[in-house]
Amino acid sequence: METIKKIRGRAVVIPGDEIDTDRIVPARYLKAVTFDGLGEALFYDERYDARGKPKDHPLNRPEHRGASVMVVGAGFGSGSSREHAPQAIKRAGFKAIIGESFAEIFFGNATQLGLACVTLDPEDLGVLAEWVRANADGEVEIDLEAGEVRFGERVAPLKIPEAAREALLSGRWDPLAELLESAAAVRRMDEKLPRPGRPGGYR
Amino acid sequence: MSGKTLYQKVWETHEVRKLESGQSQLFIDLHLIHEVTSPQAFGMLRELGLGVAMPKRTFATVDHIVPTDSRQEPFADPLAQTMIEELRKNTRDFGIELFDIGSGKQGIVHVVGPEEGLTQPGFTIVCGDSHTSTHGAFGAVAFGIGTTQVRDVLATQTVAMPRLKVRRINVKGELQPGVTAKDVILHVIRTLGVKGGQGYAYEYGGPVIEKMSMEERMTVCNMSIEGGARVGYVNPDETTFAFLKGRPYAPAEDEWEAALTRWRGLASDPDAGYDDVVEINGSEIAPYVTWGINPGQAITVEEAVPDPEKVPEEEKELVREALEYMKLEPGKPILGQRIDVAFVGSCTNGRLSDLRQAARVVRSMGGRVAPGVRAIVVPGSEQVARQAEAEGLDRIFRDAGFEWRYAGCSMCLAMNPDKLVGDEISISSSNRNFKGRQGSPRGRTMLASPAMVTAAALAGEVVDVRQVLGVKA
Repeated sequence: METIKKIRGRAVVIPGDEIDTDRIVPARYLKAVTFDGLGEALFYDERYDARGKPKDHPLNRPEHRGASVMVVGAGFGSGSSREHAPQAIKRAGFKAIIGESFAEIFFGNATQLGLACVTLDPEDLGVLAEWVRANADGEVEIDLEAGEVRFGERVAPLKIPEAAREALLSGRWDPLAELLESAAAVRRMDEKLPRPGRPGGYR
Repeated sequence: MSGKTLYQKVWETHEVRKLESGQSQLFIDLHLIHEVTSPQAFGMLRELGLGVAMPKRTFATVDHIVPTDSRQEPFADPLAQTMIEELRKNTRDFGIELFDIGSGKQGIVHVVGPEEGLTQPGFTIVCGDSHTSTHGAFGAVAFGIGTTQVRDVLATQTVAMPRLKVRRINVKGELQPGVTAKDVILHVIRTLGVKGGQGYAYEYGGPVIEKMSMEERMTVCNMSIEGGARVGYVNPDETTFAFLKGRPYAPAEDEWEAALTRWRGLASDPDAGYDDVVEINGSEIAPYVTWGINPGQAITVEEAVPDPEKVPEEEKELVREALEYMKLEPGKPILGQRIDVAFVGSCTNGRLSDLRQAARVVRSMGGRVAPGVRAIVVPGSEQVARQAEAEGLDRIFRDAGFEWRYAGCSMCLAMNPDKLVGDEISISSSNRNFKGRQGSPRGRTMLASPAMVTAAALAGEVVDVRQVLGVKA
């Protein structure tokens, strides 16, 4: 799998705290049996009015077209466990999200897709957001090895849980191959633990 | 040496190994799936040429997209029909049991698991749904996962997970009449915040929790995720065991004693070490209503809608945003707020005791649903519906002008035809008051207990259910 060490690209700021996954992808876009086309559903109700006319939203502004880094606030991705949320973000071309904090299930889902979620302290994050607004064509660099976010002249220390950092750096962000390796141990555990509907497991 | 928490004990018996990243590979006893978050996972399996490792540890039902006004297939919505058919095909292809519509066992996945006795103490339980924490009421470690993890569980019966810290939440004192489990959890979330639980499993205990029925404990654990905690649980006790006895998938008679011995050893030790302990005074809790756009934005029915000018600086922006969306006036009492829609149901409050709670309010208040108000009651499962009908609850609701529906998630997230229209304002016994949650991008939601929802349906506005029931001092 691809190792993810550095991400560099133009950024866009999605303002506000506690942005839940219902807002990232409204539930009606979950009515599908694949994740195809989800990039277009990203923040749909915030980007378009009832008639489908674009509203003034950062993702609709031409200067942010092609951005690959999303800058968000605190508690991003709260609520529903729908992986449709990070899938939509990834399919809309984003490779990383920088915020103050992330909801846990969202964070795990994003990491498993190789979508890096890193946090900055609120002061650095505020400076970054201002800078992005003023420099839509400027690039932001997330360096997971050095543990830094760089933009303009500024270098800000980033935080990311060690397990996620390690998974991205080593290219093991999708753990399936590693999980499959222990099939024999898993079978032994299955035999030892109770299973509903299978007699004999409780002794 | 200090003792262990239930979380620690379950983790240790289910950890297959440490992964290179530092996360653990965790064995999953029970995997529940539904039609919305599983089809892509089966698609990934097929693409990788993998099978389902332990199909007998996965159970499926259909809940999110099913219409609740008719069971006629094909559904009016062709996308919904495609989704149910995909689930039927996937479960058939891979040998997974499906509790389908009309089987007598269909319902909201978090209602069905406990009902069938699938949910058992000491289990690790996952489902592609954040309200999986509901099952923690039985002393299980249960949490929501994403679809790629659904794939992982199907393929390996394990997931990669970081170990959480444990916060003990002691709810002391005694609940006042008219105060419900829903009010307890809304109070906890308001107190600790919607991000307060990040990185933690919540262990609920203390006299108020110990006195609760299993259904009440499920309501509390259900909303753990709204407080940021992926896992919430209650130590199993005699109430738990009595609930489970005789259920279809519970241990049989000849194994019951062995199961009890096993389960009795699971509760957190008296000298267990916690990463944090919080005390909540249950005697002070009053009926709650939310006024904003996240479940932490809640006040008791005695309070007024907050004024952004009078809240701490860091909350101002969120309060302003919420009030603008909700179109509520700062400083105005929530009592008397008019409503358009009332919804009783969901994995939080769609069980038999919730419907009894609602029916009791109808009987006490008399009268009918207020003019101009749409009120629907959606049982959590076919079994709940059957029991409610046997008790005549459906007639009580119908006679008072409520619609009595078939089982499903319905208006909690409005993936079926049950939706708010325009900027309608609802009072809802569900779990999320997010912007657009109930199906209209401008729809507004106030969360409350089934009793409060029912009282508001009849009055046409938010009322104090304690007054209705004649229990307010």
